Amino acid sequence: MMTLKVNGHDHQVDADPDTPLLYVLRDDLKLNAAKFGCGLGQCGSCTVIVDGKAVLSCVTPLVLLEGKKVTTLEGLGTIEAPAPIQRAFIEEQAAQCGYCIAGIMMRAQALLQRNSKPTDAEIRAELELNLCRCGTHMRILRAVRRASQLMQTADASPAQGRTP
Amino acid sequence: MASPRTIGGIIAIAAIAGAIAVAAMVWRPAIAAVEPPAPQSFDSALVKRGRYLAEIGNCNDCHTVRGARDFAGGLAVPTPFGIVYSSNITPDPETGIGRWSEAAFRRAMQSGVDRDGRHLYPTFPYDHFTHVSDEDDRALYAYLMTRRPVYAPARDNELSFPFNQRVVVAGWKLLFLRHGTYQPDGTKSAEWNRGAYLVEGLAHCGACHTPRNALGAERTRAAFAGGDVENWHAYAINSQSPATVPWDADALFLYLRQGWHPDHGVARGPMAQVVSNLSEVPESDVRAIAVYMADVSGAPTPDRKRRGEDVLARAASRPTPQGGSGDAGGGAVYAAACATCHGGDRAPPFGGIDLALSSAISGPDARNAANIVLSGIRPREGERGPIMPGFADSMTDEQIAALLSYLRVRFSDQAAWTSTAEIVRDARRSQNALLQISPAPRNAPTEATKRDKP
Repeated sequence: MMTLKVNGHDHQVDADPDTPLLYVLRDDLKLNAAKFGCGLGQCGSCTVIVDGKAVLSCVTPLVLLEGKKVTTLEGLGTIEAPAPIQRAFIEEQAAQCGYCIAGIMMRAQALLQRNSKPTDAEIRAELELNLCRCGTHMRILRAVRRASQLMQTADASPAQGRTP
Repeated sequence: MASPRTIGGIIAIAAIAGAIAVAAMVWRPAIAAVEPPAPQSFDSALVKRGRYLAEIGNCNDCHTVRGARDFAGGLAVPTPFGIVYSSNITPDPETGIGRWSEAAFRRAMQSGVDRDGRHLYPTFPYDHFTHVSDEDDRALYAYLMTRRPVYAPARDNELSFPFNQRVVVAGWKLLFLRHGTYQPDGTKSAEWNRGAYLVEGLAHCGACHTPRNALGAERTRAAFAGGDVENWHAYAINSQSPATVPWDADALFLYLRQGWHPDHGVARGPMAQVVSNLSEVPESDVRAIAVYMADVSGAPTPDRKRRGEDVLARAASRPTPQGGSGDAGGGAVYAAACATCHGGDRAPPFGGIDLALSSAISGPDARNAANIVLSGIRPREGERGPIMPGFADSMTDEQIAALLSYLRVRFSDQAAWTSTAEIVRDARRSQNALLQISPAPRNAPTEATKRDKP
């Protein structure tokens, strides 16, 4: 039994220490934004934020998460009150099938939290680890730029760790 | 009995003679500047051969800042004596080698002296390039002089006294620079000799793989016994190689040509650029390098060979481990984060190498393994290659140290590593430094950069 802090809540998790975080999020906590893509840390669809950094939850065992704060897409905003990164992706219609998008939003969110005005080259370098097979890359880039602008405005500060 | 005056005279004469001798040793004349030759004046076949040779020489690795223009120099090369910045070797007349004649270029390659007559630091490996034939220097010159000129002034080196005095380099050369084009060994095959010519000369493999002495020169008596470069360990590639499965010419050829080998893993760190370059040169030259290096490392002892075969057989039938308790979480981390690829049934490049086969685990220290765990493996821009996620953002230094200690005990029969925690800390620091320098320099072109080709 260990305590896992996700989106501002403590959860008691009964799982082996080598269980990947992704399985606990989806199976136990029913947080389904993070997706199982390859299970090998190669596609990025399972990306979540741990202590401010983008992390591949399919290759992150629980034993590494003692005392750390996990944020999933559900922790950023809700359908009624989407976070800037979510608004930006909706406004740019950056998803096609959408399977990779939750992971991409999380990595973009981590980038924008540490660098509020990234250059195009910085956005591209950061998102290199996340694959999208539909090919909405240009819209994704626009959405990240839009999110960066939205976050500059006072009413849309990043809402990390908000209760879903 | 000599009068004080006579003694004074003798001393004065000796001093003058000494000064002349030192000046003769140190002073090199400038070679007259030329009008930059027109690119069309070079034979295209010569330029093409020069391109292959430049790739074998790995010139772009030091003379190009990642993301910036090819061969424009400016890359910081850390040495024990301070930082040396690589020079601009594009044909720019002001800041590059546009006004260098072929003779000036050849002198730089053979003697480490620039066109103005200044001694170049041996970071430029002319102790190897001195063995390159005039003919190959001509091809390299033709290739470089037909690249796109880039205006990029040299950066000042950051060396402390006395190393910031170029006269010191003249003394270094006197001690360590042995001139002379490669002399073929008549008892060996033409392929072996071709390999030896390339390895000892242009490819300068020893620059990383041979340990250096206190003055930064290669210890020729310990040739290929393993060296250090940019916080990586360049493995011993002689008989002391830590590889579990002994290297042979075929394995070396595949590894150098495609960048990975199922029994050895993926070329990473500074070696990544080397194999990337070698993927484009004539196959026969890569084969020759492999044949020569296989001979350098020698045939493995029957004992070592058997051990390699045993490990290969075991690797095929290894059960997935369960996280243990007494290993500070190292076993659980391996099981969840590593074993899905490294303990699976897929061989490289689509799966990870069984770590019992990896030199990163059987090598003398934990540096390379720490670097790989932190940053993972990414294909070079525009190239295909294996991928491994980095764990810098999900593991603390202590967790990585625990993982590495676990891997060492579990997957090698070598003594446990020492100071693993410090090594991981240093690896993270050097990785952070690298990340600050490398991505997207301000003058980088926004479109995807393609390597210039004639």
